[in-house]
Amino acid sequence: MMRERLARVTIALGFIVATSTAGYAQTVAITGGKVYPVSGPVIENGTVLVRDGKIVAVGANVTVPNDATRIDATGKWVTPGLINALTSLGVAEINAVQTTVDRSARGDSGIAASFPVWEGINPASTLFAPARNDGVTSVVVVPTGGLIAGQAAVIDLVPGTLSDMLNKAPVAMVAQFGDARDGGSNARGEQYARLKEILEDTRTYARRRSDFDRAQTRPFAARRADLEALIPVVEGRLPLMVNVDQASDIDAIMRLANEQNVKLIVVGGAESWKVAARLAAAGIPVVVGSLNNIPQSFSTLGARQDAAALLQRAGAKVVLIGNGSGEEGFNVRNLKYDAGVAVAYGLPWEAALRAVTLTPAEMLGVANRIGSLQPGRDANVVVWSGDPFEFTTRAEHVLIRGREVVSPSRQDELMQRYKSYPPAYRKPGN
Amino acid sequence: MRIPIAVAFAAATIAGLDGCAPAQATSSTQPRPAAPTTRARADTNRPAPGAGGVSVPNADPFPSTYVAPPSRATLIRDVTIMTAAGPTIRNGSVLLRDGKIAAVGTTVSAPADADVIDGRGKFLTPGVIDDHSHLGVYAAPGGDALSDGNELTNPVTANVWAEHSVWPQDPQFPRALASGVTTVQILPGSGNLIGGRSVVLKVVPSASVQGMKFPGAKYGLKMACGENPKRVYAQRGPSTRMGNVAGYRAAWIQAEAYRRRWDKWNADHEGDAPQRDLGLETLAEVLRGNILVHNHCYRADEMVQMIDIAKEFGYKIRSFHHGVEAYKVADRLGKEGISASLWSDWGGFKMEAMDGVRANLAMVSAAGARAIVHSDDPSGMQRLNHDAAKAMAAGEQIGIHTTEDEAIKWFTINPAWALGLDDKIGSIEVGKNADVVLWSGSPFSVYSRVDRVWIDGAAAYDRANPASWWRTDFELGNVPVPNGGAR
Repeated sequence: MMRERLARVTIALGFIVATSTAGYAQTVAITGGKVYPVSGPVIENGTVLVRDGKIVAVGANVTVPNDATRIDATGKWVTPGLINALTSLGVAEINAVQTTVDRSARGDSGIAASFPVWEGINPASTLFAPARNDGVTSVVVVPTGGLIAGQAAVIDLVPGTLSDMLNKAPVAMVAQFGDARDGGSNARGEQYARLKEILEDTRTYARRRSDFDRAQTRPFAARRADLEALIPVVEGRLPLMVNVDQASDIDAIMRLANEQNVKLIVVGGAESWKVAARLAAAGIPVVVGSLNNIPQSFSTLGARQDAAALLQRAGAKVVLIGNGSGEEGFNVRNLKYDAGVAVAYGLPWEAALRAVTLTPAEMLGVANRIGSLQPGRDANVVVWSGDPFEFTTRAEHVLIRGREVVSPSRQDELMQRYKSYPPAYRKPGN
Repeated sequence: MRIPIAVAFAAATIAGLDGCAPAQATSSTQPRPAAPTTRARADTNRPAPGAGGVSVPNADPFPSTYVAPPSRATLIRDVTIMTAAGPTIRNGSVLLRDGKIAAVGTTVSAPADADVIDGRGKFLTPGVIDDHSHLGVYAAPGGDALSDGNELTNPVTANVWAEHSVWPQDPQFPRALASGVTTVQILPGSGNLIGGRSVVLKVVPSASVQGMKFPGAKYGLKMACGENPKRVYAQRGPSTRMGNVAGYRAAWIQAEAYRRRWDKWNADHEGDAPQRDLGLETLAEVLRGNILVHNHCYRADEMVQMIDIAKEFGYKIRSFHHGVEAYKVADRLGKEGISASLWSDWGGFKMEAMDGVRANLAMVSAAGARAIVHSDDPSGMQRLNHDAAKAMAAGEQIGIHTTEDEAIKWFTINPAWALGLDDKIGSIEVGKNADVVLWSGSPFSVYSRVDRVWIDGAAAYDRANPASWWRTDFELGNVPVPNGGAR
């Protein structure tokens, strides 16, 4: 197998974009399946043709070249690989073992805007395999903690190095508003004022960098590196992804974003359904879970399980994530079930599929690469034995950039070892 | 461990402890738990509870005041019945009358005044039972004020009773009910070696916990292995797993001496009654077989250690909880008659949870042990059926087939057994309590919802009638009305 090579290009302003999947020279034809391109209507008995890691054709009448490796998807469902938009994959192996957890920066009084969480990703993490084996092909790795937690990245779950995995970084600046009692503020109003001051100082800093370097500015509200990292945010090029639940907090952060010309993404959004129409009108994507209906804090008193459906009905952009307990770590894979539950609670099926594929890709500026089955996109494709959201369904083929990536996880190995008694390793000869 | 999204990641560590937490309560004086029945007779010679009555144990100092609400006869007909007692009955009918299941079958006649429910396309199962919950002791909306599950003041707090921490207005109760959960065991947490007594509750509204207590249910004792106690008590000890084991054994040695003193006095009434000790009373009741042991234990090797400790002191372990490695010793659990209360796929959040596998339940079940899906979580509790479905599918992938008729037992009759209530609840059989759930489709489909719930034959939840939904006092003014079609 030729190993795919990725050019990692650092472009101006600090964005890293993996630009090429050149090198995987193989043609794969997935034929006869029920194909959900997401970017267009379902295609019965469709074909997805993949060459050199990219999708080259999708449709009902696609000519399959003789040299193509065929995957017979008759009776199967074919979708883009799923994207889990809120994970700590690769930066949190075992939560209770601190040396394996690298998702929260120390920062400066709750501000860690310059924290590039992806630089701590360990590609050898055992948690990637369970996710990709269940059809999750890309994830957003998100920093946590503080008022401004740092920068998030999109990675593809390919085996290899961090360079191989990185799809785009940063894709968002992550912050928290409301309940958070971080290192630098102790009340909602104080959080608001600090965020505002930091964003304004970022603009000033951007204008007066050389003065700053000559120590000819007043002190700013954040460290140089953090201000630097925030420049794309105040210029509207990098979205601010804010963890916020209470309706009044969402309202506050919307006002701030509007005033500061910042592109906003609402994450968590337990009470976002209360302001769904306004979120829709402002084009603000909402990243919500489908599992929680518990008023587990005073900020989430209005939590309800059909939040995604209510948002969608109001016309808001919805991204589904796992928000059940234990859905980090090796349950990033459970995204498909979260989508299923969202459907049970009123989200139309195709909207649920979009909410775990194309919408997160669009939200983070990577829809030109992932999230749909269209010519020119990366061949992140899953062939499912049936409806992807059902418990009995398996991801039978998972392709990332055209390459099959299913391999036994650590858990698979344990199950194989112990599935009969005595376990295989205790039998004579083993 | 509910995990707020905003801090979605930080919480799993807490899950390890918070999730498995205990409770404290000082019952000031009243009496104490059950002596064996023969001895209960001897109690008639004692002074009545009241003045002078507190120097001897009382079997039931906080008695249940639960009374089943009035109900009319109800016939659910043309429904697929997963009985948890035998094969699925297609197009069957179930008659609920006087709080009991009065008839089950393909032809059931109902009294003329019965409420008749059309079950076409729907599924009927026994009420869901969660044998590992902290509802009420870690009530929503959380915070220190409602954190009453772990009495972290001593590694052995056998003296505390979870029921003294339960807040009946916890808004998590109605959400559990709306997902089909009718009976729960509320446990103290897992911060201590011995965390205290559990209590079994019906998921019903009441101003007091006594009004929720399952009449006649035995108490449980929460014990915990591994990382939690040794972390909590790192400074004062136990700080190691061997320290943990020394701690359990020291407690049982005291308990055994206490049991002998009291059993002797109960038999001969010679001299003054021995001094009461709340903690030792509870442990002595375990030794007498009157309290069931629920042991939080992740690792296979520790389960085997705990089995040996139980044998050393002559008590039984009823269930290992969390047991992410139960599949490694499932044959042993089967032989010992110990059930395993498990998640399908929680794991990995701490060292001792690393080896969790999704087929655990299926593997344990196939090896002949009683498998139970439990939650330890107010959100997961609402989808124990999903957990069962995931475990079935994962088993299938490694060649272990579990029938739906078996998997339904994982969240019905098997936890009923773990609570010692399998003669009353957990299956759809004539004579059992009429706790049943009507699902919109198969409980093993992600798309199914709970339509109706009956407890003791009384309508407890009806999805189609939001105005009838139970709202706790806390929710008034705090939680928006209606909670939509989405309880």
